[in-house]
Amino acid sequence: MEKFVKLTGVAAPMPLVNIDTDMIIPKQFLKTIKRSGLGVNLFDEMRYDDNGNEIPNFVLNQPAYREAKIIVAGDNFGCGSSREHAPWALLDFGIRCVISTSFADIFYNNCFKNGILPIVLPQEEVDKLMDDAERGSNAVLTVDLESQEITGPDGGTIGFDVDPWRKHCLLNGLDDIGLTMEKAASIDAFEAKAAMERPWV
Amino acid sequence: MSPKTLYDKIWDAHLAHEADDGTCLLYIDRHLVHEVTSPQAFEGLRMANRKVRAPDKTIAVPDHNVPTTEGRDNPEAMPEDSRIQVAALDKNAKDFGIHYYPVSDVRQGIVHIVGPEQGWTLPGMTVVCGDSHTATHGAFGALAHGIGTSEVEHVLATQTLIQTKSKNMKVEITGKLSPGVTAKDITLSVIGLTGTAGGTGYVIEYCGEAIRDLSMEGRMTVCNMAIEGGARAGLIAPDEKTFEYIKGRPHAPKGAQWEAALAWWKTLYSDDDAHWDKVITIKGEDIAPVVTWGTSPEDVLPIDAEVPAPESFSGGKTEAAKRALEYMGLKAGQKLKDIEIDTVFIGSCTNGRIEDLRAAAEILKGKKIKVKRAMVVPGSGLVRAQAEEEGLAEIFTEAGFEWRLAGCSMCLAMNPDQLQPGERCAATSNRNFEGRQGRGGRTHLMSPAMAAAAAVTGKLTDIREMN
Repeated sequence: MEKFVKLTGVAAPMPLVNIDTDMIIPKQFLKTIKRSGLGVNLFDEMRYDDNGNEIPNFVLNQPAYREAKIIVAGDNFGCGSSREHAPWALLDFGIRCVISTSFADIFYNNCFKNGILPIVLPQEEVDKLMDDAERGSNAVLTVDLESQEITGPDGGTIGFDVDPWRKHCLLNGLDDIGLTMEKAASIDAFEAKAAMERPWV
Repeated sequence: MSPKTLYDKIWDAHLAHEADDGTCLLYIDRHLVHEVTSPQAFEGLRMANRKVRAPDKTIAVPDHNVPTTEGRDNPEAMPEDSRIQVAALDKNAKDFGIHYYPVSDVRQGIVHIVGPEQGWTLPGMTVVCGDSHTATHGAFGALAHGIGTSEVEHVLATQTLIQTKSKNMKVEITGKLSPGVTAKDITLSVIGLTGTAGGTGYVIEYCGEAIRDLSMEGRMTVCNMAIEGGARAGLIAPDEKTFEYIKGRPHAPKGAQWEAALAWWKTLYSDDDAHWDKVITIKGEDIAPVVTWGTSPEDVLPIDAEVPAPESFSGGKTEAAKRALEYMGLKAGQKLKDIEIDTVFIGSCTNGRIEDLRAAAEILKGKKIKVKRAMVVPGSGLVRAQAEEEGLAEIFTEAGFEWRLAGCSMCLAMNPDQLQPGERCAATSNRNFEGRQGRGGRTHLMSPAMAAAAAVTGKLTDIREMN
């Protein structure tokens, strides 16, 4: 997993609420057995017409946002299916950070496994960043995970919370599985005890 | 000992490790696997030269991609990309030595229907699957939730999941349901009330007389859609109905082990004075037969209501409702009962069990469909066989329904079962998102009986007005 330390880039505004993972990556692209290459189909049905041509007014098709690294989104981003293809598609496009008032649980977890930082902020701060994002390429945001601060185009900063363990893993690009395997003795002990207590499992 | 909720009890019984910073490793009793969200996880194991830690607790079945038409065990029947994914699951199951129900096996079906049917899902267990509708298994008093592919790989390798504990929410449905009101109406009504983000950060326990009165099939329908309300999981305390359902199933405990299991299962309930972070109470009699009108499962209204005006919502929902009405081709003020449909889909992990098929067949008996296309997709090969034995298949086909083989089918339309742009479907599945059942397709969610009624009349129909 690629480390996430500090990210500077354009933020794309997507104020719609309940953006679901079917919108982020429609089902026809889930038939891959790889994690890569999904960026071109990110938001496919919003981004392209029936003939595969770009829909010009979709945010990521506009010149200012084609290189966006951040999305500022409406409430409950990532709801629906558990498909990790959603963060894979975001990552493949170049999105490393999503900011919203809330995220669906599974999507939120999936982001951290892929070096994407989801940030939850109160409504008024998301509104402020949405305004900044509307200003396009003139409005570059900087997200500093170390200091847990977002710096806006006008120099003002907004602090954010992040789970300390997840922060540690993102900052260092750590592989969860390797870390859990270091605790194999605890898992062995639990398994032995559970086998005595609940042998039918 | 301090009082605990059912969720607290299951959590405590599965805590394998807790770090100083509070990060927990939760031990996983059952890991269900399907073809769409697992290939990258198995590839990850191979690349790191890792094994599946507990193959005997890992169960795989292809369901999302598979065609539901006859002759499908011929690999040529599948498009190449689907075939590759199913073949990858075949190979991964064999290479890693996990339990497997291939397409050719009569026990194959939707993973969340196969698990309980085969007795893999038991009370007090932790159950995960790379699929959000894993919440279904909560009906047995198991802690069950969906995970992403990275977490699938983590569970395969370590049989644990890194977790932080959720908060406790109680959803109580008191009293009795009115005639025509089903488990689907309960679960949709709860989402209509709380919204799709209302459960975020919570595990929901459903309780109350109306829940206790439900069959196991109905309880699975309720828990299945906990995820649509944003909750990590939904569960229901096990009782005699649960034990009766489990007893004698292929992987249920037997003999002395059954007795030991039963003794523990009977301790699995929330203590009277347990702490709840949020409580929602709904009177059973206040729940009506409902349908969805929009493109989010929270867009729920009683069937006798009208399409709402976007201006009646606040915040970002106004814009979302405007977009939804445009997508759905509906106008504010239109009566829901006037909405004409052309397609009916009965099936899915929400409503693809025998009881659902019985409820639909009851409505269809001796009638003909008035829609362009209607299909029934049983949730498993065994559900299909039972429905054939009970004569339900005949009722469906005589009414004009297509009688399909088991799979996820038009719930997510990854296989050839898809809506065409502009087609409008009465569906018993769980999501009405834009494009969910096919690009441009329009979905109204409802119970199996309501979907059957819609098939007969050609429009959304109040089940209470059917003869």
